Amino acid sequence: MSTLTENKININVNDTVQTNESQEQIESKSSVIYNTQNLDLWYTKTHALKNINLEIRENEVTAIIGPSGCGKSTYIKTLNRMVELVPGVSTTGAISYKGKNILDKSIKVEDLRTQVGMVFQKPNPFPKSIYENVAYGPKVHGIKKKAILDEIVEKSLRGAAIWDEVKDRLNQNAYGLSGGQQQRICIARCLAIEPDVLLMDEPTSALDPISTLKIEELIKELKKNYTIIIVTHNMQQAARISDRTVFMLNGEVVEFSETNQLFSNPKDQRTEDYITGRFG
Amino acid sequence: MATNSNLNSGTNVSELIAKNKEKKSLNNYFEKSIPGILFLLASITVLTTIGILYTLVSQAVQFFMEVPILDFFTGTELNPLSQNPEFGILPLLNGTIISSLIAILVAGPIGLMSAIYLSEYATDKVRKVLKPLLEILAGIPTIVYGFFAFTFVTPLIRYLWPGVEATNILSPGIVMGVMIIPMIASLSEDAMNSVPNGMREGSLAMGTTKLETTIKVVIPAAFSGIMASFVLGISRAIGETMIVTIASGSSKNFTFDIRESMQTMTAFIVEVSGGEAPAGSTLHYSLYAVALTLFVFTLIMNLLAKYVSRKFREEY
Amino acid sequence: MEKLEALHLNNKIDARVRKNSIWKSIFFLSTLFGLVVLAVLIIRVLFQGMSWIDIDFIVGRLSTTAENAGIMGAILGTLWVMVVVIPVTLIIGVGTAIFLELYSKKGRFQSIIETNISNLAGVPSIVYGLLGLTVFVRLADLGNVVLAGGLTLALLVLPILIVSAQEALRAVPGHLSEASYGMGATKWQTIRRIILPAAIPSILTGAILALSRAIGETAPLTVLGIPALLIPFPEGLFDTFTALPMQIYYWTIDSSLVAEYANLAAATIIILLIILFLLNSVAIFIRNKYQHRY
Repeated sequence: MSTLTENKININVNDTVQTNESQEQIESKSSVIYNTQNLDLWYTKTHALKNINLEIRENEVTAIIGPSGCGKSTYIKTLNRMVELVPGVSTTGAISYKGKNILDKSIKVEDLRTQVGMVFQKPNPFPKSIYENVAYGPKVHGIKKKAILDEIVEKSLRGAAIWDEVKDRLNQNAYGLSGGQQQRICIARCLAIEPDVLLMDEPTSALDPISTLKIEELIKELKKNYTIIIVTHNMQQAARISDRTVFMLNGEVVEFSETNQLFSNPKDQRTEDYITGRFG
Repeated sequence: MATNSNLNSGTNVSELIAKNKEKKSLNNYFEKSIPGILFLLASITVLTTIGILYTLVSQAVQFFMEVPILDFFTGTELNPLSQNPEFGILPLLNGTIISSLIAILVAGPIGLMSAIYLSEYATDKVRKVLKPLLEILAGIPTIVYGFFAFTFVTPLIRYLWPGVEATNILSPGIVMGVMIIPMIASLSEDAMNSVPNGMREGSLAMGTTKLETTIKVVIPAAFSGIMASFVLGISRAIGETMIVTIASGSSKNFTFDIRESMQTMTAFIVEVSGGEAPAGSTLHYSLYAVALTLFVFTLIMNLLAKYVSRKFREEY
Repeated sequence: MEKLEALHLNNKIDARVRKNSIWKSIFFLSTLFGLVVLAVLIIRVLFQGMSWIDIDFIVGRLSTTAENAGIMGAILGTLWVMVVVIPVTLIIGVGTAIFLELYSKKGRFQSIIETNISNLAGVPSIVYGLLGLTVFVRLADLGNVVLAGGLTLALLVLPILIVSAQEALRAVPGHLSEASYGMGATKWQTIRRIILPAAIPSILTGAILALSRAIGETAPLTVLGIPALLIPFPEGLFDTFTALPMQIYYWTIDSSLVAEYANLAAATIIILLIILFLLNSVAIFIRNKYQHRY
């Protein structure tokens, strides 16, 4: 399907254990799409992520919660290597995406990011028309035919549940839309290149409650077709929309389990303290 | 795979993209060559500097092979065209320094006081009108100032002070001062604006007037920035060419009488290069020796300004 | 209360307040000084030159008799110089700015180039004239033609354009390029499709200011030996030419021989200032139209 999966060369995911067999076993059992192993990350001297081990499954919503500065945004940005835009970042360990270590130097980040879309904290449409925003990805990746682009734009806007609101003004600047609409344009922009995974970095933190609700409904809808990893500072949101939840603290994963279990019956005292509002 | 099920028709975008990726190899070469191309463009500025240095130094060396360097820098006589040519740069240095001093005497106080007004006293509304107008002053070509000095300021000065010659150093000095007012005003204003408001408030809260606060708190805090603006202003005046060329004539006078005509280094370069100095002659090479001196002068001033203002930036 | 009054007398508050307002007026008058000179300059030039401007003056050829003189040759020369300066400064300037802001690693090399650029900005324009004379006119053996003049002026104003283009690129918010990288766009695609379009209004404003500086420059052209003789109109990059500032220069210095030349110089100044005014209006228009877009 895509270049990454097609040439699924066996990269040494981790020098510690991982044989080929055991990996296949895990995949077949639970269809893990992202497998993070012993990941450590430094911003020059700051140790931002400490020995992260996580398995993220296909077609689920995985929420990452934790107090600010816990490394949740850093982690999600590592999943499409956007974290590298910050100078002085170094990593050890491995993240295998569909069996391939994406931290390996031979991986082209452009390929990875074509398959893994990202929605940002603040809606960040381009200062272009709505149409051009959504068509940006396909155009960048060499699709030029107007008919195909038209089709993609409509499909993506429908997929992001905003088609009806903007279909009459596709040529207007996206900056004229409300914050919530802009964020759904940004989601549509991601959908346009048909990624497999959507990374969402606090996508509703800049939005009002009604727009937030719309985005949450959209996430539930998108779950049918996409793997979604969402960072949120809002525990209720994590509880409402996610299947599994990761709780991070000081760069470490404290607890990772099914959402219901994590919120109703946390195993770790620190998790309990956090979700009951004792700190953070 | 997940992606196709939400599409209504048969277009498979991710397959299309994957296909496009395979044939993008040509684009890849292009993309890879971009940093190299940009690097070459960026190195043109370095080549310019090398070009300037090479041009000036190589030909100045020729000159110093014919005229001893000591004679050049200590000679008070500049008679390049006489039977026994003499090449002393002191008359030119003298003209340059005197005209720049006059300019800074005009532009320094007026520029600084304008900056005080704009930064400390003016309301936003007034500032929004005055600043763009001052910027116009900075955008007038120097040739226009030269014309103004020669046809208006000089006659005016001669009317007020009959002893002044038709070409003199005073008039272009004053006009150069007017020219650099906006520069000094805006750089000094920047320096004063970056003084934290808390310092002003602390002073005003003790019952001092705005004037006292400005003189005792703001100006001392912004002092190095203001100094830097003065130094840059002087550097601009040293390098200014057309105003002095037109209004100060070409007598190679070694005098301190501002009523008389003097020649600056820049005006000498215009005179000699515009005249028929045959390539290879001592006169021709003298151009480059003078230009090199000018270059070093302005470079030192600019570095000094940078040093002074960097010191100032470290204060907060 | 008495104490306070005593203090009041001691501090001479009233006198100090009066002093403050006197100085405020002095500061205000200083600010006006420059503007008054500007007004006198413009009014004087208008009075002196306005009556000399007519169609014949604009489209006519140079002449030694003041009444017949026209400045079409100088206008064309200035336009031809712009034809060289615009593309050369834009390509080199924007390329350099992109390299410095987006490609080069923050470090020694970058700071060398940036220091070099800021030093170049302080080099007197006449020194660029000598560079142009040596490199373009003599070494490259172009002669004193449009191309040599244009390249010299382009190098002269390049630092202005580079610095303003750098500022324009820096002002493009990082979240826009993040969004583009997030879609799998390459660096160059992101620059070409997102960053440059967002920065282009500010870059153009800077380019116009640089261009205004270039076409008002005189000193480098005098060094290149640009004539103000009765030469034919320039028709290409390799023709000799004269330019508006050169024309002003020659007429001004010759006005002590022929008094009317001063009026011709004033008339030419009006034309030059009108061109500069138009250019700056375009710059202001662009700046206002595209401000606060993100």
